[in-house]
Amino acid sequence: MTNYRIQGATGEWEVVIGLEVHAQVTSNAKLFSGASTEFGAEPNTQVSLIDAAMPGMLPVPNRECIRQAVRTGMAIEAQINAWSRFDRKNYFYADLPQGYQISQLYHPIVGEGQLLIEADEKAGIPEDKIIGIERIHVEQDAGKLMHDQHPTMSYVDLNRVGIALMEIVSKPDMTSPAEAGAYVRKLRSILRYVGSCDGNMEEGSMRADVNVSVRKVGDSELGTRTETKNVNSVRFVMQVIEYEANRQVDVLESGGTVDQETRLFDVATGTTRTMRSKEDAHDYRYFPDPDLLPLELDDAFLSECRESLPELPDAKRARYEGELGLTPYNARELTAEVETFGRFETLLAATATRIGKPEKDVATQVANWALSVAPGVMKSLGDEADPAHASSGAQASILAMQDKGEISGGQAKEIYEIVLKTGRDPEEIADTEGLKQVSDTGAIEAAIDEILANNQDKVEQYKGGKDKLFGFFVGQTMKAMQGKANPAVVNQLLKDKLG
Amino acid sequence: MTDLTNLGVKAIRDGVAGGDFTAREVAEAFNANVAAAKDLNAFIVATPEKALEAADAVDAKRAKGEDLGQMGGVPIGMKDLFCTDGVQTTAASHILEGFVPQYESTVSANLWKAGAGMLGKLNLDQFAMGSSNETSYFGNVLSPWKKAGSNAALIPGGSSGGSSTAVAARLAPAATGTDTGGSIRQPAAVTGITGIKPTYGRCSRWGVVAFASSLDQAGPMARDVTDCAIMLEAMAGFDPKDSTSLDMPVPQWEAGLNADLKGKKVGIPREYRMDGTDQAILDSWERGKEWLRDAGAEIVDISLPHTKYALPAYYIIAPAEASSNLARYDGVRYGLRDLPEGAGLQDMYAATRAAGFGDEVKRRILIGTYVLSAGFYDAYYTQAQKIRTLVAQDFEKAWGECDLILAPTTPNAAFPLGGFDGDPLAMYLNDVFAVPASLAGLPAMSVPAMLNGDGLPLGLQIVGKPFDEQGVLNAGLAIEQRSGFDATPEKWW
Repeated sequence: MTNYRIQGATGEWEVVIGLEVHAQVTSNAKLFSGASTEFGAEPNTQVSLIDAAMPGMLPVPNRECIRQAVRTGMAIEAQINAWSRFDRKNYFYADLPQGYQISQLYHPIVGEGQLLIEADEKAGIPEDKIIGIERIHVEQDAGKLMHDQHPTMSYVDLNRVGIALMEIVSKPDMTSPAEAGAYVRKLRSILRYVGSCDGNMEEGSMRADVNVSVRKVGDSELGTRTETKNVNSVRFVMQVIEYEANRQVDVLESGGTVDQETRLFDVATGTTRTMRSKEDAHDYRYFPDPDLLPLELDDAFLSECRESLPELPDAKRARYEGELGLTPYNARELTAEVETFGRFETLLAATATRIGKPEKDVATQVANWALSVAPGVMKSLGDEADPAHASSGAQASILAMQDKGEISGGQAKEIYEIVLKTGRDPEEIADTEGLKQVSDTGAIEAAIDEILANNQDKVEQYKGGKDKLFGFFVGQTMKAMQGKANPAVVNQLLKDKLG
Repeated sequence: MTDLTNLGVKAIRDGVAGGDFTAREVAEAFNANVAAAKDLNAFIVATPEKALEAADAVDAKRAKGEDLGQMGGVPIGMKDLFCTDGVQTTAASHILEGFVPQYESTVSANLWKAGAGMLGKLNLDQFAMGSSNETSYFGNVLSPWKKAGSNAALIPGGSSGGSSTAVAARLAPAATGTDTGGSIRQPAAVTGITGIKPTYGRCSRWGVVAFASSLDQAGPMARDVTDCAIMLEAMAGFDPKDSTSLDMPVPQWEAGLNADLKGKKVGIPREYRMDGTDQAILDSWERGKEWLRDAGAEIVDISLPHTKYALPAYYIIAPAEASSNLARYDGVRYGLRDLPEGAGLQDMYAATRAAGFGDEVKRRILIGTYVLSAGFYDAYYTQAQKIRTLVAQDFEKAWGECDLILAPTTPNAAFPLGGFDGDPLAMYLNDVFAVPASLAGLPAMSVPAMLNGDGLPLGLQIVGKPFDEQGVLNAGLAIEQRSGFDATPEKWW
């Protein structure tokens, strides 16, 4: 359990959080029309007759949007409803040409599922936790109002009208801003693995409605909740909870009551304010959309959805730890993002092939390289680095030289620097720039013999039990070899000679 | 030469194909009748040039020996609920006055493809809400019929009242209609013409201004059963743009026409014998049974026990859907915008919709909004849906005992204009026999049976199993061949 608590004047309070995440479905066309969904087009250029709600226009479900919702449901181990239905949610607004949003209130396409958030001591999550998911339903997005184009009027851009959204509704299972943050990150990761949403919160592809209530520690009744709409980053989600929880505690402790209401988040001040109270709440008059037949999914469709699912984050992390022998930290870092594991797996395959060893034998080396060495080099170079040169082939070549003892860790970094700047071949760099270790026992032996001869006293002391002097001999040998000797060879030879 | 406007669809199509006259001659004749019938107010917009253009195209094809299509050379009236590319489409409302679509409804496009031409856009009850064509923003349509010895104006039925008048008065050989709760059958019955509402889903709803989506269905209105079969064949077909469209091939209804009903059982639903039904209506029903028996059918009594709940359920479901379907008329993107000085968005909505919708439309929006609202939804909408299911089950059970159902189309003949002013509920009762088949999505047709004592036409309704338009048309044909109905209104306009 979390130990997130708010210390009030009257005692300790805990927070109960539920999230409704709206995720824009990755699909070329809208949920019920053929119009394009590309982001950033000129206003009102991606609007079909259906989106503009012209008289006599009818919605036709886009199978790809349905498929993506089902695959997402499968990825959170949810109940998939082979029979679901669309309902109309009726209200008047300028961004809603039909005067209703087609959604799924009564029979959503995806039922109960769950999602695991991992222990993260630093973030304040002491142990793994399962967060329940209530449902996922599919619905139409609304248009966008622009209030800054005209002194007295608002303009409306209908490009976004009708784009498919998944509304992913969690159970009120989260009890700290950290858990909520972890939940959104994990959900985003799963959506991106599945490919059902690009998870781009800045462009609004993912936004959350944050439900927060507070109660005295030990109370079993839930407090009255508020819902803060359209929060579009993980950090803001956490800020909203922090602010709302404290605000509600203040209200309650000063004898007031929390109103069940819809609130807005103000990014500039980090606070929330009332958008509309319960009294002003719309009566949406939901009813089944008579333009659409119930959505029935057959077995062939469902199995295609299941078979097309990739390895998901939890399974991948377990495999990284179990089969590849990576540390839990490395496994978590590498599996968090689609791009990260993608790069890692490509490099791992290339390196294993190059070295001629099974992947598990080189996985730790590749993981350390991918997570820490390579990003470090890239960062230190700044603008001098051309990311286009960071091919998996070049990196595998460096890792293979290192594995064979031809270059040291330091040399690997130096070579990679040159690769990133110039795109030259790593082996050619190692040869021409003299960035290779000397493993030639003859040269090293000669150096050692000379050092031992010049330091007879220390040799005697070492043989007399002063083991620490071994490091001195290594240092002297490396110095004599100008740092290019293979440390393993140096160690071995020294041990032989010192007896 | 015979007056071409006395010809129906089949006669015109065959005559044009056979070279007896040109499509242009036909179009000119009907254009002239349309122009001379302004008093009837059947058309909101006449499009004589469209009719000529289509006719010339057909004549040119004939000259080249090409196929002229199922409706080749037949000019028709188009109910102004169908969106027509480049031609104003209003649903007879002020809010859509001046709206010119940039697209063509699937049904109208199918008809043009089959060689038909457009005489104009026909008047109707506003947004197809009404049974008398008195709710149009563009004025009432008058029936060409008059009571014997009376000069009082009569209603042409609704909502397809422009269509029924145009066909009955020989302004068009045929017209499109739409039927949500009787809007093809009731106007056909009271004007002495034939009209069929096919199985829900046969005709695409794409491009048809929506009233109640789960009920709306287009169909033909024409002078006889054969003409309806021909035109329905041209209108129907699977449309991937309508999710509720039937993905089935269109049968060859015209070729399949056969008035021999041997082996068919026709059910007579006892619940349709309602108090207050005109004696003449009951008489026509009796004659209908005789005609069908004569055609070889066996007449059986059946029960449709939930019939009396159908109309109330309809007046919950249809307004509920309408209240949502009509939300798009908000003054933002097209049609009327009423923006009072200093008004905000909500004020603009209110002003636009107050000015743009007629009283009946507002009444239904209010009813629909009420029955869907929190706290009332279960008591009204959910209950109504349950009744709808029960009504459909009544029919399913009946199909165990019969193949077709025969009933009156309406409880009375055409009534005078203004006859139900101030009593909308009494007006709603006009569709009491039509609504059950609508709720069940079944094919249903009205064919003329006889004139009543006032010299006004009465219709008989045939309801069939899902997808059995052929059975319905065949029974209609059997009645038509035996009724000898050939009455036409005396020209007074």
